[in-house]
Amino acid sequence: MTYQFNFDPIFRSFDKMLAGLWLGLWLAALSLAIGCVIGLLVAYGRQSRIAPLRWALVTYVEVIRNCPILLLIFFVYFGLPELGIFFLDKIDSFILTLSVYAGAYLSEVFRSGLTSIPVRYVEAAKAIGLRPWQRQRYVVLPVMFRITLPALANNLISLFKDTSLAAAIAIPELTFITRQINANTFRVMESWLTASVLYLVTCYAIAWALRRVERRYAVIR
Amino acid sequence: MAEPQPLLRAIDVHKKFGDVEVLKGIDIDVQKGEVLAIIGSSGSGKTTFLRCINLLEEFHQGEIQVDGERIGYTAGSHKRLGEAAIAAQRARIGMVFQSFNLFPHMTAEQNVTLGLIKVQGRRKEEAVEIARRWLDRVGLAERRDHYPYQLSGGQQQRVAIARAVSMEPKLVLFDEVTSALDPELVSEVLAVMQDLAKSGMTMLVVSHEMSFVRAVATRVVFMEAGRIAEEGPPAELFARPKSERLAAFLGRFHGLAH
Repeated sequence: MTYQFNFDPIFRSFDKMLAGLWLGLWLAALSLAIGCVIGLLVAYGRQSRIAPLRWALVTYVEVIRNCPILLLIFFVYFGLPELGIFFLDKIDSFILTLSVYAGAYLSEVFRSGLTSIPVRYVEAAKAIGLRPWQRQRYVVLPVMFRITLPALANNLISLFKDTSLAAAIAIPELTFITRQINANTFRVMESWLTASVLYLVTCYAIAWALRRVERRYAVIR
Repeated sequence: MAEPQPLLRAIDVHKKFGDVEVLKGIDIDVQKGEVLAIIGSSGSGKTTFLRCINLLEEFHQGEIQVDGERIGYTAGSHKRLGEAAIAAQRARIGMVFQSFNLFPHMTAEQNVTLGLIKVQGRRKEEAVEIARRWLDRVGLAERRDHYPYQLSGGQQQRVAIARAVSMEPKLVLFDEVTSALDPELVSEVLAVMQDLAKSGMTMLVVSHEMSFVRAVATRVVFMEAGRIAEEGPPAELFARPKSERLAAFLGRFHGLAH
């Protein structure tokens, strides 16, 4: 093997990589937060008695789940302006896409979470005289969030990895930055190895932290 | 002299699950302070009747009144009341379940205070004080910060009783509350119920604990195939069952006891 490793040029730009990593984390966290709201509304909407609403929501979920996310990113970023929607800058456009994407998956998580809540808790809530929305607010939702926490953690990690696709529309997150460093320094292996380690360590740290949260909030054992 | 108005009055209550009629006309009056035990084999409709009283089950015909107020449905047309009205009625009827049904994400104390705060609109400090008083009375003062999974079945059930009675309901429904417990935990729950009965609380108790029924109930009804087949004071009913079915039913418990 003749390849000579030289990490110096990479480490000179390390602060940029960390900034890119930080941006990716923000993109993922924001998209997860907005996606949770969308997912929750869709999960409840799919229990609605209004059939056309249910069909519309099923269509949303199925379309999103069966399209490559890169295509969705391009569609929103390049396609929507063609329809006269110009107000989105790159980052807004990406957050919108990733939120809508996350919402579809999270709606399925919440839907199964809602159906897995034992009916006896709801009956106990009824029996003490809580009104329907109070039963959701104080019993169903808190229990559901605890039940779905492992799935939410997985989704956060997936979303974080998906932020690398933002490189495709030149958002300066870790993958985009790495490609620039690679182009400027010609250190191919070093650039991508460093980025991989950063992704790996970050994902692992998120998983570890969230497992602790899960253990703290596990209620049905 | 006229009879005092009963606290609970059921008039010709019918209930169907699909085509199967599980309650075929229940008529009963329960006076304030009574401890009414409902016995009968499984499938006789006793739990279903109890659940109709606080509308965990719909019923299709007949009428249930608590303190003169018609429960769940409008007079005449048997149309279901709105959710808020039903919630307000349920708040005045306590219920304790076979499988405890404590809210798993709340401590013992929070389980008790939830209804006091969110349903009765009490201040938090006041609710906490009431909750502590009741948890103390059921012998769980030390466990108020424990979550349900940290408590034994008997302890969970005592918290559930505290949750129900702390709201000072007009009557409390007990649905086979010891059936899911290990045998050695049954007596601690029954002791709490006996204490409540002595304090004058109106209780409807579906139970298979015949010695408890005999000792604590002021009246017993025996349900059979969706109807009340026999009723009377426990001593009389247990000593001289009129029907063969009741005699056979009691005989099975006798056989178990000895």
